[in-house]
Amino acid sequence: MNTLMTICKREFSAYFATPVAYVFIFIFLVMSGVFTFYLGNFYQRGQADLLPFFNFHPWLYLFFMPAVAMGLWSQERQLGTIELLMTLPVTLWQAVLGKFLAAWLFAGLALLLTLPLWLTVNYLGTPDNGVILASYLGSWLMAGAFIAVGSCMSALSRNQIVAFILTVVVCFVLMLSGFPLVLDFFRGWASEGLLDLIASLSFLTHFEALARGVVDIRDLLYFILVIAVWLLATTQVLTVKKSA
Amino acid sequence: MIEVQHLTKRFGGFTAVDDLSFEVRPGEVLGFLGPNGAGKSTTMKMLTGFLPATSGTVCIGGYDVAQHPVAVKRQIGYLPEGAPSYGDMSVLAFLRFIGEVRGYRGAELRQRLARVVEQVGLQDVLKQAVQTLSKGYKRRVGLAQTLLHDPAIMILDEPTDGLDPNQKQQVRQLITNLAEDKMVIISTHILEEVSAVCSRAMIIAAGKKVADGTPAELEARSRYHQAISVRFQQPVNAAAAFSALPEINEVDELEQGQSYLLFPQPGARPYHAVNALIEQQGWDLDTLHIERGRLDDVFRQLTGV
Repeated sequence: MNTLMTICKREFSAYFATPVAYVFIFIFLVMSGVFTFYLGNFYQRGQADLLPFFNFHPWLYLFFMPAVAMGLWSQERQLGTIELLMTLPVTLWQAVLGKFLAAWLFAGLALLLTLPLWLTVNYLGTPDNGVILASYLGSWLMAGAFIAVGSCMSALSRNQIVAFILTVVVCFVLMLSGFPLVLDFFRGWASEGLLDLIASLSFLTHFEALARGVVDIRDLLYFILVIAVWLLATTQVLTVKKSA
Repeated sequence: MIEVQHLTKRFGGFTAVDDLSFEVRPGEVLGFLGPNGAGKSTTMKMLTGFLPATSGTVCIGGYDVAQHPVAVKRQIGYLPEGAPSYGDMSVLAFLRFIGEVRGYRGAELRQRLARVVEQVGLQDVLKQAVQTLSKGYKRRVGLAQTLLHDPAIMILDEPTDGLDPNQKQQVRQLITNLAEDKMVIISTHILEEVSAVCSRAMIIAAGKKVADGTPAELEARSRYHQAISVRFQQPVNAAAAFSALPEINEVDELEQGQSYLLFPQPGARPYHAVNALIEQQGWDLDTLHIERGRLDDVFRQLTGV
């Protein structure tokens, strides 16, 4: 546990060693503002809630979370520090989890800094703060799923840009797997059961309810499972890459 | 103790390390020699548990690397090739991170940090980011990292590569000082380094062990071993006279007759005869000595270049 936290701490502070973290957070905040107020018609709707804000999160995350996760492993490989890290008394899982947690906490920090929006909506009206809290939780969980995918893609390539693009593509497919764009690809040859399964994997469908503040344990479990599966995949990729 | 048995590593169809077996005992400093691509780094990566072996076993301090990787890694201080470190951390933060991963906290961590910083001389750069340091300092940070837990085993992949002669000397001195009760394996292709720091040398070519012995034993395999090197103050026409000595097998004339290399007949000790001849002829001698043998000669001979 201590080792895991040490790795997490190092990784987290590494984000702030360069201006990247600040630029990232700044752009993230600006973009959430733009999405909420302009594209989401926050004022025009005349409702005291943050639905327009949360509705855009999957799309915002599609590009931001891969950027947060892209360096997790590819950078270690590029710099050769993976050899240092993996010859310290550290298990593969401690390293994978520690790094994932650091990226997830960083995403959580960015999300936390959108609190002025919450203050705004509380100033303008009387929103259901329970709903907003649930939405924040759901949003953070979804961010974790994006980052877990990114961690796996980052382990695949020593090039951060490649890792970024792969993550965007995989996340895009996962997001939309409940929609015709992806389903049409399988329709016709895949069985009905498989189609249902693919459709049920969609990030968007599972996030929709959470964004509205409906905390269904199945949606929470879904995101936790997605995170676990992709982290497991990360350990497998690292193991295979090592012996090749 | 380090026990390596029938260690083999294949990458696809390429065999990088081929059935390598050896042991290292406390107090030994083993020099891994070999041309580039001979399998030195691959072997070290398998010893430290970074790469899994295709077949064969590595046992360190009683633990099999494949079965108990963390227990093995605890005992080893490893400097990977090129001394990689997290460039954007400060030296102190980097070393503290390594110390925390190794399980040290509070006062003990501070003590250990202070000790290694002193040992490798990093006092002046503690607050600097590692990536802004010179190559020599980066190497020292890498060494500090391997020393933090005072390991019983040190595995150093080209620890002096790219350093200037003074820094090389410092690193060698450091290794010699530390080596007393430790097992040290260093890889290098600088042969003088082997004579300077190693108590044992192993030459590897194409993944196979081709020689294993003390540096002196290896030098004895050189054709220069026991050869007599003569140097005069001015050129002298002495080749015929040297060849005429019964103990001399072959004469190499160098620098237009100013110096000669005399190879003795097997088992012969021609030093006195040569000396007497020079006295008798009245040649002005500059230097006269018996060669120990040359490692680079043995190296070339064994690695087939």
